[in-house]
Amino acid sequence: MSLAPYRQPIRRDRVFRLLQSEPDFSGASDGVILYIDDVSVSFDGFKALDHLSLAVDEGELRCIIGPNGAGKTTMMDVITGKTRPDSGRVFFGRDIDLLDLDEYQIARGGIGRKFQKPTVFEALTVLENIELSLASHKGTWRTLFAKVDPAQARRIDEVLVTIGMQEQRHTAAGALSHGQKQWLEIGMLLMQNPRVLLVDEPVAGMTGNETERTAELLTSLAGDHTVIVVEHDMAFVRSIARRVTVLHQGSVLAEGSMNQIQADPRVVEVYLGEEE
Amino acid sequence: MLTRRLLTSDWGGTFVLGLLVAMLIAVPIANLVVPPDSPYYLSSYWVALLGKFLTFALLALAIDLIWGYAGILSLGHGAFFGLGGYAMGMYLTRQIGDQGVYGHPVLPDFMVFLSYEELPWFWLGFDMFWFALLMAMLVPGLLALVFGWLAFRSRVTGVYFAIITQALVFALMLAFFRNEMGFGGNNGLTDFKEILGFSVQARETRVALFLASGIAVILGYLACRYIVTSRFGRVLIAVRDAEDRTRFSGYRVDHYKLWVFVFSAVLAGIAGALYVPQVGIINPGEFSPIRSIEAVLWVAVGGRGSLFGAIIGAFAVNGAKTWFTVAYPMFWLFALGALFVLVTLFLPRGLVGLFRRRREGES
Repeated sequence: MSLAPYRQPIRRDRVFRLLQSEPDFSGASDGVILYIDDVSVSFDGFKALDHLSLAVDEGELRCIIGPNGAGKTTMMDVITGKTRPDSGRVFFGRDIDLLDLDEYQIARGGIGRKFQKPTVFEALTVLENIELSLASHKGTWRTLFAKVDPAQARRIDEVLVTIGMQEQRHTAAGALSHGQKQWLEIGMLLMQNPRVLLVDEPVAGMTGNETERTAELLTSLAGDHTVIVVEHDMAFVRSIARRVTVLHQGSVLAEGSMNQIQADPRVVEVYLGEEE
Repeated sequence: MLTRRLLTSDWGGTFVLGLLVAMLIAVPIANLVVPPDSPYYLSSYWVALLGKFLTFALLALAIDLIWGYAGILSLGHGAFFGLGGYAMGMYLTRQIGDQGVYGHPVLPDFMVFLSYEELPWFWLGFDMFWFALLMAMLVPGLLALVFGWLAFRSRVTGVYFAIITQALVFALMLAFFRNEMGFGGNNGLTDFKEILGFSVQARETRVALFLASGIAVILGYLACRYIVTSRFGRVLIAVRDAEDRTRFSGYRVDHYKLWVFVFSAVLAGIAGALYVPQVGIINPGEFSPIRSIEAVLWVAVGGRGSLFGAIIGAFAVNGAKTWFTVAYPMFWLFALGALFVLVTLFLPRGLVGLFRRRREGES
């Protein structure tokens, strides 16, 4: 008789589950901050993710590339709790199973996400957008009586400087240019002070100069934060990437440095070949 | 600081509040002090009518708070308004006492008629004013809590939410039409005599109810204004414009929606409770779906997402309705239809949009 079925419920991520109301995202990571283990997602028979496994180290700047429909956005949806996979597990750090958590818990805990289409609160000013993303209490009664304290005001100013928008702080976000919205959304991510930033196509619609500055910003964030970038712009990927993962048909096709990737004939066939 | 935030940062709202205060002073004087033969005399009919408009303004505020700011379109706010009205109607019915047609000391006329032996349990306590007032807020609030919890948890939004609110108010109408429900069936509750010991017909009582409605609108406006100028209000606008983004910023969107929906339902309940003693009747007609849609129209005409626009809209549309139904009774529905088409085509931001050009939901 095997004991396996009885061991199953006693998993490491479930210890003290009842005692712990909110997961502790500040815990140790043992080097790997995000571990996607054999995740599959299908929509009406279409396999968006097909036994995808991927590990990202803490502090890494990882680029994820792949042709349309490779499952990049679905992967982000799974990590941030928007989509529940059919099978597989996603771990944050050593012992937090992200699949047990809701979007808001994952966001509060330390995974920030920038959407493919820049998504900011258009009716609010730049300052208000940034303030809403402040890492602070986000319950209903707290926000009803919330005030910005001096430390938070300093943090807001810092981020405004980082994204270069001190001048536009009272501008409605809807009036910003496409590139500025991208930057504002990145600024909103920074306010959340996440351990992991998921950045979906950060330079889409940006001018060359803006792209360059974005590359600098993302590179400077790596180290303190883990940055995962999904991007189509190969020149941009080349300029920032240390490690690149190529997705194809819902699973990892290749992984390595940009040079290794470019030399890989399978990658050239499915992706790079079309570009060049 | 608070004065600036609630009042002076929004001149339109302050102007409308000023008009309200002026009306609250002028109307009682014109009714009670000015002699009836003076051209400045205002009859009790007008006092009751304006009082009724004030309760509609409060209902419109409640709708604007959720629709204009949080983007929750409720086409069933008549449910909460009606329930608040019924709570007050039950109190007023109990106050009739033995002055009813059948002269029963406890049972209302319709219960005697339907040969009830004793008062149903849910009528207990409604002989006390404070209890009725509490229920006028609690019952709509609880219904909104349960309904909203189910809807928002399942992420029902937009048109789908609007449709199920219509279903809610329609279901209530069908239920209240039934005599077995114990709320007077299709006749509803009427023939009220006294409120707090004062005759509901008396001039002074009407003026007092008018004043209470006016004060409720002012307090309701200030409360809504406090909410929309707080960070909470900015989260609501965020939910309205980009729900997913708000969620990924770490906010529990369903909690925010539920909170504001319940608050709005309570406001609507208070409006209903003030409405009933002034019109002297509450019946299931208040739950008819068209009434709820009309209330949303007031907000659309006044201007969504400004709060004071809702007050203007409630007065403008109901004023026009009163005039039309007297002057050209046949044409009111055509006029209402035309009004809606014109506002949609030429005034997407309502009457308020005529006077101000500022971004929506500015704080």
